[in-house]
Amino acid sequence: MTDTLQATLNPAEARIEEGQHHFDYGASKMGMWLFLFTEFLLFGGLFISYAVYRFLSPGDFHNAAQNLNLSLGVVNTVVLLTSSLTIAMAVTALQKGSVRLSVGLICATIALAIVFLVIKYFEWSAKFQHGLYPGGAELGALTKGQQQYFNLYFVMTGLHGLHLVFGTVLLAIVGFIVARRSPAAASGPEKSNSTVASQGAPEESGLVVPPSNAAGEPVMRPQDYVVLENAALYWHLVDVVWFFIFPLLYLIT
Amino acid sequence: MAAVRGAEGVLAEPNYLEYKGKGRGLLSWLTSLDHKRIGLLYLFSQVTFFLFGMTLGFLIRLELIHHGQTIVRPEVYNAFFTVHGVTMVFMFVIPGAAASLGNFFLPIMIGAKDVAFPKLNLMSWYCYIIGAIIVYASMFTAAGLPDTGWTLYVPYSLKTTTNVNMAAFGIFVMGFSSILTGLNFICTIHQLRAPGMGWFKMPLFVWSLYATSWMQVLATPILGITLVLLMLERVAGVGIFDPAKGGDPILYQHLFWIYSHPAVYIMIVPAMGVISEVIATHSRKTIFGYKMVALSSLAIALFGSLVWAHHMFVSGQSDAANLVFSLLTFLVAIPSAIKVFNWIATMYKGSVDLSPPMLFAMAFILLFAIGGFTGLMQGALSTDVHLHDTDFVVAHFHYVMFGGAGFGLFAGLHHWWPKMFGKMYNRRAATIACLLMFWGFNQLYFSMLILGWEGMPRRYWDYLPQYDTLNLIATTGSWVLITGLLTMFTNLLISVWRGRPAPENPWGGVTLEWTIASPPPLENFHVIPRITGGVYDFPEEVQP
Repeated sequence: MTDTLQATLNPAEARIEEGQHHFDYGASKMGMWLFLFTEFLLFGGLFISYAVYRFLSPGDFHNAAQNLNLSLGVVNTVVLLTSSLTIAMAVTALQKGSVRLSVGLICATIALAIVFLVIKYFEWSAKFQHGLYPGGAELGALTKGQQQYFNLYFVMTGLHGLHLVFGTVLLAIVGFIVARRSPAAASGPEKSNSTVASQGAPEESGLVVPPSNAAGEPVMRPQDYVVLENAALYWHLVDVVWFFIFPLLYLIT
Repeated sequence: MAAVRGAEGVLAEPNYLEYKGKGRGLLSWLTSLDHKRIGLLYLFSQVTFFLFGMTLGFLIRLELIHHGQTIVRPEVYNAFFTVHGVTMVFMFVIPGAAASLGNFFLPIMIGAKDVAFPKLNLMSWYCYIIGAIIVYASMFTAAGLPDTGWTLYVPYSLKTTTNVNMAAFGIFVMGFSSILTGLNFICTIHQLRAPGMGWFKMPLFVWSLYATSWMQVLATPILGITLVLLMLERVAGVGIFDPAKGGDPILYQHLFWIYSHPAVYIMIVPAMGVISEVIATHSRKTIFGYKMVALSSLAIALFGSLVWAHHMFVSGQSDAANLVFSLLTFLVAIPSAIKVFNWIATMYKGSVDLSPPMLFAMAFILLFAIGGFTGLMQGALSTDVHLHDTDFVVAHFHYVMFGGAGFGLFAGLHHWWPKMFGKMYNRRAATIACLLMFWGFNQLYFSMLILGWEGMPRRYWDYLPQYDTLNLIATTGSWVLITGLLTMFTNLLISVWRGRPAPENPWGGVTLEWTIASPPPLENFHVIPRITGGVYDFPEEVQP
């Protein structure tokens, strides 16, 4: 019996297996939202710690917050807010079919993210120069409440920065996918490039035959839209988390 | 079976065990996106970790057979119970019945061809295995295995020179597996149910997986951030839990248990789902109070997430907090009891078949009831002060986690083994194994209940001579238990090669997995089924 069954193993069978890895728009969006919940909860642990220590030593938190550079914080907030705008516009642009504009807006978002990280770098290095880092001599000399403030400052902004770096890499990948998949990118001089893309696609996308236009060039699929949408959602998460961190650390004094 | 399908004019297709996919041999398993194969990957890794943890448990009990040093030094003993705990909790019961049986049967039971995100599913398994490897790799570093206990409590975990960092990082990575599996299951249940399968037509195992998945998604990130902070304290000198730097160790306990108490329900709820399936099928009777059993899973998930500080009654937290958490702890008993009463009501006047899965399920009910009652005793503030950190606690959570989640998984294995492998195991050997396990289990852990009641502390390497007799009884009980476990695993394993072929529906079950061939075809269903009747509508007369 096994032999007869083995004999039926043919490419058509293989496609049945691959075909079951269907694409479900609703599930993809739902999965992303659930993932974002888990990210909020990750930061939630830090916010709880913040609430506890702020409650225990409000005066120390007030004093320690004076050491932060409010203007740099405001600039960074504006930068991040703008980046959320550009990525939202990138999604709309793609929905309206202007791929080139969408890719441009994704690039703008990445540029703004880099601006944010550079400013953050200068903020952190100023703290390090003053010895205000975990294990630093000056920090150890402060009151325990102030030490907790700076512990939380570094962990919260550090973890947020890490998410930002990850989000930037994600956007770069998504920008590449959008540019490669688009009918615009597939036409003209980049044609050879698109052929490579269609060969590389089966392993990556899980589909045997990617949809293509008459010329055999890959076109946008629902998967590609949802990838950008989900990446944008992730970017908004990074943004929203900052809108909690910023007032907690910089503004409430 | 192939012939029957041929007569229907449908192409005979290979079952999931025969279809090789892209690779050959082991590679065809390690790269498979098929939920059934991933379920078996989980199952075999879990059983491997379980056997390792069981060996450590055996050695711990051997050390405790008599007061004074028996086989190992105290430092080694500390590493033993830590690794035993980490292995059993994070690598065996937290994936538990959900990752192995859940992966295998969730899509089939809701009439789907796979989970919503097959690639994510495979990635979850890799997170799990890589995390486990990181934990064990600490064995080969100069610092050695951690000696803190599985809870990694500060301030000791900050001070110890053993390799807590790697253990914490390994658990952190395994957390991703848990989150992604939960996320995958929620999306699958929401999006991929077959036409006609409303929420209250889902099998109860699916309901229990749904509740578990929410807990996995919502609780695990808190463990993640707690472990990140712990690692940052050890590596970068951040002091959020360090009293010397203004930190509070109690905060660590809160954050740890905000995850780790729901984790207890992450372990037990899928097992309860398995038991609901087994009891209904082997009593040939529709489950009593279907809606209540289904919703009690959600109630357990909700209340179970609000009781974490009952682990901390003697930590110095406020009396007000103690009272609130004590009350909430008693409330969790209500949905748990709903399940137990409904199972028993299902068996009442049912056509009970004392098959091995049913025996395991009945053992589950008894052991879980003892575990639940002893839990209530510790939920009461006055008794908890007396019982805290004694062997009573250890025995209690073994009754719940091993007698509950463990026996639930074993019941599910015996229930679905013929479906998974298309082979029938030896019934007599399975029955003997179950009885041996039940006997050994009670001899071991009931002795520990009494020991703890008399004041024997947990995690101690040495004890007063007055505890000798009961410790000896407990240790001999562990040998009986291990004999039963090895008999069970051997019997199941042998059946894969030697067992006689199992029919499509050996138990007369009515859920969807019994409508397809054993072992299931590659893509489960040729045509997505349309659900009409209720989920446990057994026919009046069941063909044996």
